Amino acid sequence: MSTLTGPTRESAGAGAHTCDGVGDDARRPDGAQKVAGRFAFSSDLWADGMVWGATVRSPHPRARLVSVDPSEALRLPGVHCVLTHEDVPGKKTFGLEVADQPVLAVGEVRYQGEAVALVAADSPETARRAVAAVRVEYQPLVAVVDPMEAMLPTAEKVHPSGNIVRHFKLRRGDPFGEAPVVVSGEYEVGMQDQAFLGPESGLAVPADDGGVDLQVATQWLHADRRQVAAALGLPEAKVRLALAGVGGAFGAREDVSLQIHLCLLALRTGRPVKMVYSREESFFGHVHRHPARLRYVHGAARDGRLVFVKAEMVFDGGAYMSSTRAVIGNAGTLSVGPYVVPNVSVDAYGLYTNNPPCGAMRGFGAVQACFAYEAQMDRLAEELGMHPVELRSLNAMSQGSLMPTGQVVDSPAPVADLLRRVAQAPLPPPGPTVADVATEGLLPGGMANTTHGEGVVRGTGYAVGFKNVGFSEGYDDYTTVRVVLAAGPDGPVATVHSAGCELGQGLVTVQAQIARSELGVREVVVETADTRVGSAGSSSASRQTYMTAGALREACGQLRAEMLARAAARLGVPEADLSWAHGEVLGPGGDVLGLPELLEPGPLERTVEWRHRPTQEVDPETGQGDAHVQYSFAAHRAVVDVDTELGLVKVVQIDTAQDVGKAINPGAVLGQIHGGTTQGLGLALMEEIQVEAGRVKNPSFTDYLIPTILDVPPMRVQVLELADPHAPYGLRGVGEAPTISSTPAIVAAVRAATGRRLPRVPLRPQDIVGLGEAAGGTDGADGAAGTGGRAGGAHDLTGGVPEPRGPGSGEGGAVP
Amino acid sequence: MDFHSPRTWADALALKAEHPEAVPIAGGTDVMVELNFNRHRPPALIDISAVPELAQWDRADGHLRVGAGVSYTRLVRELGPRLPGLAMAARTVGSPQIRNRGTVGGNLGSASPAGDAHPPLLAGRASVELASVRGTRLVPVEEFFTGPKRSVLAADELISAFVVRPAPGPEQFCKVGTRNAMVIAVASFAISLDPEHGRVGTGIGSAAPTPRRAAGAEELLEAELSAAGMWERPRPLPDGLLHRFAELVTSAASPIDDVRGSAAYRRHALAIMARRALSWAWADLMRNGNAPCN
Ligand SMILES: Cc1cc2nc3c(=O)[nH]c(=O)nc-3n(C[C@H](O)[C@H](O)[C@H](O)COP(=O)(O)OP(=O)(O)OC[C@H]3O[C@@H](n4cnc5c(N)ncnc54)[C@H](O)[C@@H]3O)c2cc1C
Repeated sequence: MSTLTGPTRESAGAGAHTCDGVGDDARRPDGAQKVAGRFAFSSDLWADGMVWGATVRSPHPRARLVSVDPSEALRLPGVHCVLTHEDVPGKKTFGLEVADQPVLAVGEVRYQGEAVALVAADSPETARRAVAAVRVEYQPLVAVVDPMEAMLPTAEKVHPSGNIVRHFKLRRGDPFGEAPVVVSGEYEVGMQDQAFLGPESGLAVPADDGGVDLQVATQWLHADRRQVAAALGLPEAKVRLALAGVGGAFGAREDVSLQIHLCLLALRTGRPVKMVYSREESFFGHVHRHPARLRYVHGAARDGRLVFVKAEMVFDGGAYMSSTRAVIGNAGTLSVGPYVVPNVSVDAYGLYTNNPPCGAMRGFGAVQACFAYEAQMDRLAEELGMHPVELRSLNAMSQGSLMPTGQVVDSPAPVADLLRRVAQAPLPPPGPTVADVATEGLLPGGMANTTHGEGVVRGTGYAVGFKNVGFSEGYDDYTTVRVVLAAGPDGPVATVHSAGCELGQGLVTVQAQIARSELGVREVVVETADTRVGSAGSSSASRQTYMTAGALREACGQLRAEMLARAAARLGVPEADLSWAHGEVLGPGGDVLGLPELLEPGPLERTVEWRHRPTQEVDPETGQGDAHVQYSFAAHRAVVDVDTELGLVKVVQIDTAQDVGKAINPGAVLGQIHGGTTQGLGLALMEEIQVEAGRVKNPSFTDYLIPTILDVPPMRVQVLELADPHAPYGLRGVGEAPTISSTPAIVAAVRAATGRRLPRVPLRPQDIVGLGEAAGGTDGADGAAGTGGRAGGAHDLTGGVPEPRGPGSGEGGAVP
Repeated sequence: MDFHSPRTWADALALKAEHPEAVPIAGGTDVMVELNFNRHRPPALIDISAVPELAQWDRADGHLRVGAGVSYTRLVRELGPRLPGLAMAARTVGSPQIRNRGTVGGNLGSASPAGDAHPPLLAGRASVELASVRGTRLVPVEEFFTGPKRSVLAADELISAFVVRPAPGPEQFCKVGTRNAMVIAVASFAISLDPEHGRVGTGIGSAAPTPRRAAGAEELLEAELSAAGMWERPRPLPDGLLHRFAELVTSAASPIDDVRGSAAYRRHALAIMARRALSWAWADLMRNGNAPCN
C-alpha cells in the first residue's frame, strides 16, 4: 500500500499533461525483458574471436611481492598473455579521489584479493587454470587489521602518508557542554556488501586508431574513462566507453574494478577481451561499506531538548582510499542526525588498514552515523521517560534550522511530520495469531519450525534519518545532456543522450518522461549511455534524477525557445506574443504551429552542462560551511517478533514515510523505498562480510546472507511531495534515505522486545540471547546513562514497549 | 571433463566401478556449487538423474525403501504423512528450485554435518543402502558418517536408497538459521517417538563433526517414560525431565565456532530446540493417543 500526499504538485514546464510524462507511473522499457530473462546484462556481452581475461589475486592481506613467474602459465595451450605492473604503459595507479591503488600490485600487496597479474586465454576454463599456474612469490608481512591500533602514531603504516586518510572535525557552540541528563554509548557497524546480483563484467575491443572501446557495467562512465586512459597512457578521446546492462550497483560500481584490466588485455592481445568475475571474486573485486566504531555522548535538558552531542567515529577504509574522504565528510556533517543541537563536537576518522578496501555504498557514511545517533535518542528517551517519537519530534530540525555545520536548512525538512506519520500508521494485529502458527514462515525462524510461539516477544522501534543529495563540500558536480528534436515518419521524435548510468533505478524511464512533458512529444528515444557525450557524473549520492532532470529540463527549455523564435519568424510576430503549450506554439490571432511545421527547417539540438547550486569546502578545524546541496529525509517504524530464547527475528511490519519533493515516477520511487528499506533490514539482521586477520571468511551467498522474501515484511509507504524550491521540479533524491533509518528502527524494535542494548549490527542470534561478544565488550557494559553515572543495565528497555505474547508459551513451556 | 549419462542402474554401477574417481551427480545442487567455486575438478561426472530405479520408492516388510534420487519436493508430497520428520526437514531445504532438484541421496553423498535430511534419518533409525558391482550392503545411518563431509561410501559404490520404518509416532524437526528461509543450519534437531515400543530417536545436525544421535537423551527419556507408565497413559512431561533431556542432547554435541555461529550459541540453541521439539511431539502424542501417525 502506498499513498502519495503533499500540498505541492508543480506541473511540468509544458503546462498541459502529457501521457507518461513527469509524475506518471511510466513503465520501464527493460521491465518485461528482465522478467522474461531476455535482458542482456554485461555478463552476456559477446564478440567474435574474443578471449577471456582473469585475475591473479593475492591470498595475503599484506605481503612483499617478491616475484611473478608467468612461464608455466604461458606454456598452457590457449593462453595468450600474462601481464604484471610492468605491462601498464601509463599511470600505474588509479583511484576515485586519489590514485593510490596499483592497477597491478607493485612491490607490496595490501589486502587479500589485490590484483597482482592478468591472464588472457581462449576460454574461461583455460584462463582459470592459467591463473593457478602463475607462480607468485610473496613474503607475508604483519598486517594492520585493527582500526583502533591503526590510528595510533606508533602503528605500522599501510601507506607512507600514514594511516589517517581523513580526520574530520566538527565544532559548534561549547564543545565542553554539560547537561542535566547524559547518555553515552559505543556502537559498531559491520562491513556490509552491496551484494548486487550481476557480478563485475565487461568487454573491451581494440580499435583501429590504437584506442579501445569498452562496454561495462558501471556507475560513472567518465570517471572510468579518466582512469583507464591514464593507465593506458592514451588520450581520453581514444578510450570510448558504453554502458552495458547493469545488474545492480549500490555504490560498488563507482570504483574501477576490471575496466583497466580489460583494456590492457585487449590492447596487448589485439583481440576483444571479456571478463566476468565469479561470485567469490566479486566479493574481492569491489569496495564495501565501511565498518565503523562509534562512541557517542548525548546531553539533554530535563524537558528533552538536546544540549550537546559529542562523538568519535572511526571508519575502517581498508587498503586504498576509494571514496573514504567523502564518506567521512558525510558521516561527520550528518553525525548528529536531523536534529537541532546547539553544541557539537565530533571527530570522524577514515583509516587505511590492510582490510578489504571500503568505499561507496547506499547511504555513504550516513548509515553508520544514524545507527548510533538513533540508538542514543532511544536511550535518552528511556532516561527521560519520554516516548521515543516525542523526544525525536521535540528536537527535529525543520526548514530554517541550522545544521551543526552552520548551514541553514533552506527547504522543507518535515522530520517531525514523517515521524508522526509512521507513529500513527495502524499497527499489525497482536500476534501470533493461530493463523501465524499454522501458516509456515510467519514466526521467527520462518520455515524452520523453531517456535510455535514459545519465547516470542513483540517489539516496536522508530528511527528517522537523513542524507545529503549530490556531491558535497565544493565538488564541481555537473551533468551533461544532449537533446535532439527531429521530424520522424510518425511525428516528431526527441532523442535524449547522456552518460547517466541506468542501474535499475529507472533513469531511462525518467529521461523519457521529462522529455515528453517538456517538449510535448510522444516518442522519445533514450540513447545508450556512453562517452560520446560529456560526463553525467555518477549515478550515486541520490543525485542522478535530480541532476539529469536539471540538465534535461534546461535543454528542453532552450529547444522551446528556439521553436518560439522559428515560429515568430514564420508568423512575423514578436516572440513575446507567442506561447508554448503541449508541443504547439500559439500565436496571438489563434494561430497554431505544431512541431511538424516548426521542425521543417531541420532538427534542433541542444547540449546542456548543468550544475546544482555550489557547495563549500568546510573549515578543516571546525567543519563549518555550506557543505550540502539538499537533504533527503525518511522515517521508519518497525514491528518485530523476536524469539527471545533462540535470538531469531521476524520483522512483522515496516511503516515508512519519506519526502521526495516530487515523485517524477511514483512507481520507481516506491521501488527505491522498498529496496532501500530491505537493504537496511539486511544490515540490521544478517548482512556482514566477516573479516578475520584481514581475511574474508564468507565470500559467497551461502554465508553472506541477504534477505529473502520471507524476511521482508509488508511495508506501508507514505510518500510526501514537499517541493524543494532549489531543485528541478522540486524533487529530492530518493535512493539512499530509505536504507538509513530502516536499520536502526529494526534494531530498536529488537531492543524493545529483548531489553538488551545490542550495540552492534548486524544482530547475531548469539547477541540477541546474550551470548555474543560485541563492541565495547559484553552486552550491557557498553556505556553509562545518567548524570550520576548510573550504569546502563543489560535489561533496560530501549525504544519502545515490549509486549510478551504467545499462545504456545504456556503449552510448550519456555526454557528458563 | 568426461560426462557419463547411464540410463540404467546396472550401467551406473558399471561406470562407477570402471571410473572410481568419477563424481556422481544427482540434483547437482551441491556438485555444481563445488565446480563453480573451483573446489574440485573431477575428471568425470556420472549423471545418475536419468536412472529410473533411483527415483522410485516402495514398501516392503513394514519398511519404506526410498530411492536416492527422490527429490525433496516429491518426498514432501508423496511421503509427508509417513515420514513427517523428514518431510519437515525437506520443507526447510533451500528454495523451491533446490527442493525440486535436490535429493536425499545427494545430501548423504555430501555428508555435510549440516545436511538437513540427516537428523530425521538418525531419529528414525534409517539405514543407507549402498550398491556396487560387488553387491549391496545396508549401513545404519549412524554408522554412515565418518567425519565432516566423509562417509563409508566406497569409491566404487553408489547410494541406491535409504530404508526406514514409517514414523511409529509423532516426529519433529527444527533448524536454527539466521534467515527465515534458504539457510544452512546453524544447528538442528530431530526427534521421533515410538510409543508402541517405548523408543525415542534423536538426531543432531550442525553441532558436531558429523550428524549424530543423542543416545544418552534417548535412554533417559525411554527409561523415565516407561517407569512412569507414560507411554500407555501420556500425561504432561515434568519440567525436570524436559530439562534433563535438553541437557543430555546438548552434551552429546561438540560444536565449533564458525562463520555461521559460535559453539556456545549452538549448544544454547540445541537445548531449546530439544526441549521444544520434545514438548511438541509429546503434545501430539497426548492429542492423538499413542496411535502411529499412519
Ligand atoms: C541454494 C542452495 C540451498 C541449499 N539449501 C540446503 C538446505 O537448506 N539444507 C541442506 O541440507 N542442503 C542444502 N543445500 C545443499 C543441497 O541442496 C543438498 O545437499 C541436496 O540434498 C543435494 O542433493 P543433490 O541431489 O542436488 O546432490 P548432488 O549435488 O547431485 O550431489 C551431492 C553429493 O552427493 C553425491 N551423490 C549424489 N547422489 C549420489 C548417489 N546416489 N550415490 C553416491 N553419491 C551420490 C555427489 O557425488 C556429490 O558428492 C542447498 C544448496 C543450494 C545450492
